[in-house]
Amino acid sequence: MELLRFTTAGSVDDGKSTLIGRLLYDSKSIFEDQLEAVKKASLQKGDEHINLALFTDGLRSERQQGITIDVAYRYFHTPKRKFIIADTPGHIQYTRNMVTGASTAHAAVILVDARNGVTEQTRRHYYIAWLLGIKHIIVCINKMDLVHYSEEVFLHILNDVNLIGDKLPGVDLHFIPISALLGDNVVEASANMPWYQGPTLLQKLESIDVRNHLHEKPLRMPVQYVIRPISDKYHDYRGYAGRIESGTLRVGDEVIILPSGMSSRITSMHVGDTFIEEAIPPMSVAITLADDIDVERGNIIVHPGSQPLISNAFEATICWMNPVPMHINQLYTIRQTTSEAKCKILNQHCRIDINSLEQKPGENELKMNEIGVFSLKASRPMVFDSYRQNRATGSFILIDEATNETVGVGMIQ
Amino acid sequence: MESSKGTIRINHLRELEAEAIYVIREVAAQFERPVLLFSGGKDSIVLVHLSLKAFWPAPLPFPLLHIDTGHNFPETIEYRDRLVERIGARLIVGSVQESIDKGRVKEETGYNASRNVLQTTTLLDTIEQYKFDAAMGGARRDEEKARAKERFFSHRDEFGQWDPKNQRPELWNIFNGKKHLGEHFRVFPISNWTEMDVWQYIYLEKIEMPSIYFTHRRKVFCRDGVWLAYAPFMKLKPEEKIEEKEVRCRTIGDITCTGLTLSQADDLEDIIEEIAASRVTERGSRWDDKRSDAAMEDRKKEGYF
Repeated sequence: MELLRFTTAGSVDDGKSTLIGRLLYDSKSIFEDQLEAVKKASLQKGDEHINLALFTDGLRSERQQGITIDVAYRYFHTPKRKFIIADTPGHIQYTRNMVTGASTAHAAVILVDARNGVTEQTRRHYYIAWLLGIKHIIVCINKMDLVHYSEEVFLHILNDVNLIGDKLPGVDLHFIPISALLGDNVVEASANMPWYQGPTLLQKLESIDVRNHLHEKPLRMPVQYVIRPISDKYHDYRGYAGRIESGTLRVGDEVIILPSGMSSRITSMHVGDTFIEEAIPPMSVAITLADDIDVERGNIIVHPGSQPLISNAFEATICWMNPVPMHINQLYTIRQTTSEAKCKILNQHCRIDINSLEQKPGENELKMNEIGVFSLKASRPMVFDSYRQNRATGSFILIDEATNETVGVGMIQ
Repeated sequence: MESSKGTIRINHLRELEAEAIYVIREVAAQFERPVLLFSGGKDSIVLVHLSLKAFWPAPLPFPLLHIDTGHNFPETIEYRDRLVERIGARLIVGSVQESIDKGRVKEETGYNASRNVLQTTTLLDTIEQYKFDAAMGGARRDEEKARAKERFFSHRDEFGQWDPKNQRPELWNIFNGKKHLGEHFRVFPISNWTEMDVWQYIYLEKIEMPSIYFTHRRKVFCRDGVWLAYAPFMKLKPEEKIEEKEVRCRTIGDITCTGLTLSQADDLEDIIEEIAASRVTERGSRWDDKRSDAAMEDRKKEGYF
């Protein structure tokens, strides 16, 4: 079975938790004990219907306040596919959670309240999904029941979203009119909107192309760990463990270790004690090399001829995740693939107003939930690709050296 | 891995396996003194299997830690000892009985007395004693609503506590295990697996399982609609009668809080079928979760598994 990871985004009261509850409920992924617990809780709160949102709001304060605070992961499957949902909060102060949910997703479901149409938050959700490199965006126009299932309202919103899409191209865009509360076009086709002939949300999720063609891209295998058994049997064994982030690696291939630039040949590859001839993303493998050369965590194994960039200076789009703002000239620890270095933020070229999508002049700081484009300088050469070409080698996090917290995340340009 | 029409695809079990191995290797690379929390249940058994794969042909670069409530199914302990011997791992046992004897915790009394909550103190004491800086567990996000919010790398302060509203952002495959002295991490490599994934993987990899997961005759009694295994230290209410039934465990915890399933399933295919048809979650029969709506969240904040 194939796995589809998608993220959901919506503003407060757009009905996002209700939509997920509906997807789980109608696809029969809710179990009786969960249903009983939610029925009991709904009754206690005096809700009119079973409050489907209660299936997803996991923390006590979320259930009390009726809002989603943190990314929650949900799992369900149909006979066709297995799904992982990253359910992310839509409030302005929680943009960082949306970025988190989007970072591992193939697709994004963005909710728009049919009564309100496209808002600044819609633009923000769209921008973040686009920025994080999500290829498929499904815009669910929710609460159609409250606008008399009007096709005109639907088309008006579709048109407005397309205007955003013109500015942020390269996305496969879909529109579905739904009512999460009543179930129209979520799992079952709606009888209330005969003018809509397209798939329901679940049908769409089941049919999106999940092939990412990563195995056709240039080889990138960051070394995670060196396996050196201290035993007589495997005395000379030296295995390099890591994940194939892109490309296809075969036994016998000539490879180059970066950043040192030394070359060697793959003599064997294995997953556990099973030896394999070929490895593709996202397999975690261990390899052995023909030559006894220096390879360590943080190195990247590539094929000759399709090499990434190596530099200690680069530009990146950074989203700030911490209440303490980033300052120009501040030192941070940068972690990119499995390598780590010190890094200095040199200057800000511009700040993106994610509500209007306009570029504003750069300042000396970047506050939480803000996004800007920066020049960075690392303490030693980094091996990278642009994020648009390779999510794994083009992404990084910034760690505050005093608090150890992950304070910023970046995508190399 | 399968090839179809020239496109290579990896099925979801191999994708989840690759993700878990990646996380386990990150733990070995980023921490000085990691440990694997081993309960003897299916999730921690899978975690051991994945860890062996991650470092083969080297032995596990970390010990196993079992928090022993003293109220185990005897089958669990037999399985644990056999496994440890087979793979040559180092086993550390943290004893709840010792914590009680030392006065660190107080035994609960009454009919529903359980040592489940007491485990947290023993766990945190053992982590401190051995200075473990990362404790890997087999918890899964699909198990319970508070667990759905957990990161792969989950930070614990020096009191072992979890702050769910202030978790570190976790993006892509980049994990931040940096911490101050005295703090530690809990790491959950199989976060994204469901109960079904776990059983299908056990089937795929032919992993040997403890006998209590399969049907067997056992002395049981029924409490509020849940079948519990009888053990001499359990206090029965006057109306509760000991009977013999054909049962199996769907989840294994402390004997006092693990509900049993009436079942004829005697091999992995039967179990997978039974779960596919099931209309309750595996934790639906766990007494420890039923104490309140936020029972798991509260225990996790204090430092529970």
